[in-house]
Amino acid sequence: MPLRKDLKSVLLIGSGPIVIGQACEFDYSGTQAVKALREEGLRLILVNSNPATIMTDPELADRTYIEPMTLATLTKIIERERPDALLPTVGGQTALNLAIELAEAGVLDRFNCELIGARLPAIKKAEDRDLFKQAMLKIGLEVPRSAIAHSAADAERVLAGLGLPLIIRPSRTLGGTGGSIARELDDYRAKVAYGLEQSPSHEVLIEQSVEGWKEFELEVMRDFADNVVIVCSIENLDPMGVHTGDSITVAPAQTLTDKEYQLMRDAALRIIREIGVDTGGSNIQFAIEPTTGRMVVIEMNPRVSRSSALASKATGFPIAKIAARLAVGYRLDEIPNDITRMTPACFEPTIDYVVTKIPRFTFEKFRGAIDELGPQMKSVGEAMAIGRTFKESLQKALRSLEIGSSGFESRLPEQSRAQSFAELRKLIAMPSSYRLYHLADALRLGMSREEAFDLSKIDGWFIDAVADIVGVEQRVAKEPMGEAFFREFKPMGYSDRRIAELRATEESSIASQRRAAGVLPVYKSVDTCGAEFEAFTPYLYSTYEGEDEAPPTARKKVMILGGGPNRIGQGIEFDYCCVHASLALKEGGFETIIVNCNPETVSTDYDISDRLYFEPLTFEDVIAIAEREKPFGVIVQFGGQTPLKLALPLARAGVPILGTTPDAIDRAEDRERFNEMVSRLGLKQPHGILARGLDDAITGAAKVGYPVLIRPSYVLGGRAMEVIPNEEELRRYVTLALQTSERHPLLIDRYLQGATEVDVDAISDGEIVVIGGIMEHVEHAGVHSGDSACALPPTTLSAELQQELIRQTRMLACELGVVGLMNIQYAIFGGEVFILEVNPRASRTIPFVSKAIGVPLAKYAALVMAGKKLSEIGFTTERVPSHVAVKESVFPFGRFPGVDTILGPEMKSTGEVMGIDATFAMAFAKASLAASSNLPDSGLVFISVRDDDKQYLEPIAHGLVQMGFDLIATDGTSRHIRSLGLRCENVNKVLQGSPHIVDAMKQGRIAMVINTPDASGTQDSFSIRRTALELRLPYFTTMAGAKAAVEGIRALKTQPFEVRALQDYHRA
Amino acid sequence: MSTKREAMLALADGRFFRGRAFGAIGETVGEVVFNTAMTGYQEVLTDPSYKGQLVCMTYPEIGNVGINAEDAESRRVFVDGFIVKEYLERPSNWRSQMTLGKYLEEAGVVGIEGIDTRALVRHLRTHGAQEAVISSIDSDSAALVRKAKASPGLVGRDLVKEVTCQEPYDWDVGDWELASGFRRAKKETLRDAPLVVALDYGIKLNILRRLISTGFRVKVLPAASTAAQILAYNPDGIFLSNGPADPAALPYAHRAVAGVLGKKPIFGICLGHQILGLALGGKTYKLDFGHHGANHPVMDLRTRRVEITAQNHGFAVDSESLKGRAELSHLNLNDKTGEGLRGTGVPFFSVQYHPEASPGPHDSSYLFMRFKRLIEAFPRFGADALDRIVADEGAELR
Repeated sequence: MPLRKDLKSVLLIGSGPIVIGQACEFDYSGTQAVKALREEGLRLILVNSNPATIMTDPELADRTYIEPMTLATLTKIIERERPDALLPTVGGQTALNLAIELAEAGVLDRFNCELIGARLPAIKKAEDRDLFKQAMLKIGLEVPRSAIAHSAADAERVLAGLGLPLIIRPSRTLGGTGGSIARELDDYRAKVAYGLEQSPSHEVLIEQSVEGWKEFELEVMRDFADNVVIVCSIENLDPMGVHTGDSITVAPAQTLTDKEYQLMRDAALRIIREIGVDTGGSNIQFAIEPTTGRMVVIEMNPRVSRSSALASKATGFPIAKIAARLAVGYRLDEIPNDITRMTPACFEPTIDYVVTKIPRFTFEKFRGAIDELGPQMKSVGEAMAIGRTFKESLQKALRSLEIGSSGFESRLPEQSRAQSFAELRKLIAMPSSYRLYHLADALRLGMSREEAFDLSKIDGWFIDAVADIVGVEQRVAKEPMGEAFFREFKPMGYSDRRIAELRATEESSIASQRRAAGVLPVYKSVDTCGAEFEAFTPYLYSTYEGEDEAPPTARKKVMILGGGPNRIGQGIEFDYCCVHASLALKEGGFETIIVNCNPETVSTDYDISDRLYFEPLTFEDVIAIAEREKPFGVIVQFGGQTPLKLALPLARAGVPILGTTPDAIDRAEDRERFNEMVSRLGLKQPHGILARGLDDAITGAAKVGYPVLIRPSYVLGGRAMEVIPNEEELRRYVTLALQTSERHPLLIDRYLQGATEVDVDAISDGEIVVIGGIMEHVEHAGVHSGDSACALPPTTLSAELQQELIRQTRMLACELGVVGLMNIQYAIFGGEVFILEVNPRASRTIPFVSKAIGVPLAKYAALVMAGKKLSEIGFTTERVPSHVAVKESVFPFGRFPGVDTILGPEMKSTGEVMGIDATFAMAFAKASLAASSNLPDSGLVFISVRDDDKQYLEPIAHGLVQMGFDLIATDGTSRHIRSLGLRCENVNKVLQGSPHIVDAMKQGRIAMVINTPDASGTQDSFSIRRTALELRLPYFTTMAGAKAAVEGIRALKTQPFEVRALQDYHRA
Repeated sequence: MSTKREAMLALADGRFFRGRAFGAIGETVGEVVFNTAMTGYQEVLTDPSYKGQLVCMTYPEIGNVGINAEDAESRRVFVDGFIVKEYLERPSNWRSQMTLGKYLEEAGVVGIEGIDTRALVRHLRTHGAQEAVISSIDSDSAALVRKAKASPGLVGRDLVKEVTCQEPYDWDVGDWELASGFRRAKKETLRDAPLVVALDYGIKLNILRRLISTGFRVKVLPAASTAAQILAYNPDGIFLSNGPADPAALPYAHRAVAGVLGKKPIFGICLGHQILGLALGGKTYKLDFGHHGANHPVMDLRTRRVEITAQNHGFAVDSESLKGRAELSHLNLNDKTGEGLRGTGVPFFSVQYHPEASPGPHDSSYLFMRFKRLIEAFPRFGADALDRIVADEGAELR
């Protein structure tokens, strides 16, 4: 049953912006699907609002729509493109939900568009928790006892039947949004209410808690002919109760006998058949009671998922690619296994190594967020490591996380043992981002396996592995370091740095003794088959063993260092650049080598590079590869801060760094050297000082003048950056900062209040500098550039001002000798240009700019770094589009109860969307829609702004009233609005008592919120913002944002809403 | 781990690997083969088909689930040596009763850990399965290589006589279930059930259990039973089991099977399949490194459906040699070797792989039901019975 002949065109829906629970794994799967289907000669239509994806590169699909992912937009696209089929299973929950909406609204039938991969009844059976439960019972499988509730009254009945503790799982949300465990009555009621709000179908499943049971996942594939294979089994180290996205997971399953594993496998086959997923991959989760082996089915995702991306990387079996082929008619046995070439994809991968995935959290970015893990996912990224044993892969995974860990460092403060023990018991019992370190500490202090299990319910097998690792620390610290020493401890995953810590010496000294002893890593292949057949794709990992099976080639090579785990401030945008670099240089005749440890990415697809090293991005791991591969050059400027930090050490070790020199990078990063350069060039920057210590900071800030912008040096994503209004706040900040990092000095700059911020991306080959794009921020300077909306081309900057920006950019690029990409952030204040930051590397905005102007900047930059000239490439002049592209950010506040949604200098967004149209207003409206901020067309708008902002209120208030909105405001703002001659309803602040504004919001009276916080950021305005977030009301915390929203609303009300493919925008 | 005793694995072609001893201390010789199943080492250890072989597990973490009383595939350990990357001393599984090391030690089986098993597998893949020695008492690699070279190998050897039962016996235990363990068949059910005589060339217990759960009465006979002895039980069907080493070295078995062919429905697995091939006058040959694992795709050529199968064999039937006498029914999609035979005009079928699984997937268990249907149809349709029931199976296959 080969390719269906009746399909000519396929619509593929992506997953939209990166959010917690839905990250770049769907770019990986979507990109694979697009490529696979185009290879089949199908016309591909792609919709995704996220410009930072590889899949939205205009050359990938035939028609690429970067448009808001709503029913209305999709309907328009389907009407225009008339695809024969819609593949909804590779774009995460977003795509699946949209497909359901399209089917239910009759759009698919109307335009004769077939759902392929999974049809509606199957999707519903898997997604609707009640239908799923019935299906499981029908085929004789156990599920936790549960009931569905649509209301508080339902929930009371359920409670009476099941008793606490209970798990609340909202239907059809992603990453467990709104899910929780309730252990007490009050808690239960509140959590049910919250869950109902979060569910698009206003439905929650309330289920008996199987907290503490072992958790497993199977990745299942099925074809039209009903052939079914299990691609991978995954065991969660963290037992049930922690969302699998937040769990440490291990592949394959470690603690099941064959009999038990086969029971699970049989169940999985029955499930995929009963649910009726026609073709493609599904993920099924099981829980097993540790003492009896009793198995219950938890849930099924009838689509490619985060776990299937992990399973693909863990086994070498490309699930999404194969799922796409299956959807258009192929059978599993008709598709060859890419890696072995001679054998078919219809088999079950067997692996001869152990894979460990550890999630990456960023609780520190959200003041007030609690580091506790539960059924709702909170991690923003993950690292995966491969080792020949679990211990090796676990320690490799720890150092891949880039949280400053190189192994199981003790996190115990100097304390008496008894105190520590009591504290550790609590820490082990409560899942958190550092629980495994606490476990290690407890085992160090002699806690037994039994006690550790009782507290944590982590399987004894994993506990033993951690105990083995910490159990040899004394020997690692003391024994003489000969060959035998390294041959014993390196295979356990001990990094040189961790050995150095234990021996209180330098990493370099350990490394040189290890080399002297002749102990070097060897590299083995991920080959799907346990070496039974020859592998043709060099997908490699290091270990310490006998044989190296992947000797380097003699070709001219470029090594590209990836970005490691996603985190806020460093995500998909950097992976996008790495992928482009690899593809461009491959085309340019180089052998490309990618080093990365992020399983979600496109860069770690073995198709992207000639050689993939799935390795941690530490100096030890990278230098080992560089030394054997001896590349012509290494690209460190594309993967974000992670590889950039390695630039100097690698250069010192004699590794050639391509493009802009590490010294130039340092000149831009080092504040003193940077100041010197700026003043020598006669350019301006906000007055700033470098402070070491509290007194220094106080005098410095006074000199600069409040408000000041303060941050530690050497940070990405504005980590710990704040606007400080006065000395009192400064004392608080500095005291805290010195506790966490005393090594780096603090930067204190004058804060240019109300300044317009501009980002400029440029490319240089050392001879000429070409501007990629000038982006004007919507929010004023002071909101992190990664969080603010921006427009390309600029909407308010004069031609002269733009020329000045270009002049300064050229000057800085030449001065630094930039070869490759560069990004500069400017502030326009009082008609003058100030330089805020210069980054001689790929920036977060590169993919956005590339999509907006239709030029693959990262690709060109890679070629330039490898020696090409821009004139040879044919990119010598700036391309200013005639349309407008607006980037808007999306935020994870919904995941962190109790956290303020206010924007500031510290980056908090997880992802971005792009709106593109003829005018700024419409592009902004599209971007807002895409960021799921549904701009209203009528209703009551609540306005409450601080005094400073009242000067900007008039056009906004007038605009709203003109369009027929009514206004409501608290005292001060209300008086101001009335003074403008407009009608405005008065409402109490929360502190003034009910009925107050939050009551009004909860009653559904408010359509939109404009609220800029006063300097003290009172509890009052906090609860307004938080309520708006929870009720999904569009809310604006800056006047600039509000003004843009008003323009957007006007555009939506007065102009037709059109969709247009990227290919049409860029048709020259 | 540094305190553990050293051990060595030496191959006949001169390659050797250093590791650490576990299980019994001593020295052992045999053909080294690799198994790619990620679960089920206890089943592998106790599979009589591994007699004469040193088994290397490609999955690196072994010992993790310990040993229990339920997962043995025969009365004792039959591998002659065990090779792993990392042996885990402390198992974790609710059914575990003993460590793997202790189990091997009690069975007197030499194990070696700390081996670069992937390098070993790659070597075997390119140089073929071969004789080898594991020793934890001799560290002279040259001497060990000599011993490996001197080992007789499997070709032409009858190891069946070392693993088969001595006397006929009845079997009445069926499939394993999680909550209740093994299910014993009720006497009254057995009384009315059709009788299958199973020839024990080294039979795995799960075959017997599957036969019981399929609804048969089961009598197990020693491998050397003659056709007359078999027919004396007046069985409704005859089952030919798996077993070790070279099928060509068992002339008595070929004779016995040739003597019952056509008289009763026959179902053969693995060695039983090869013996059937030889009894029909076909040929068998040795594969380079065989199939040992739980992930091999096999296509049923009639339905074109693919089963993921458990495999354990080093020899195979040359299907070309059987043209006209039997039809190739199943094909291995990895290397296109024959995986099943169906009699043409004779009521038998056989597979090279292991539908009883254990360890491995259960995709092929439909074959036991096919055997039952064949037995039921045979009295009515005689020689045409197989064609009839295979045609009827249609969509019910799984």
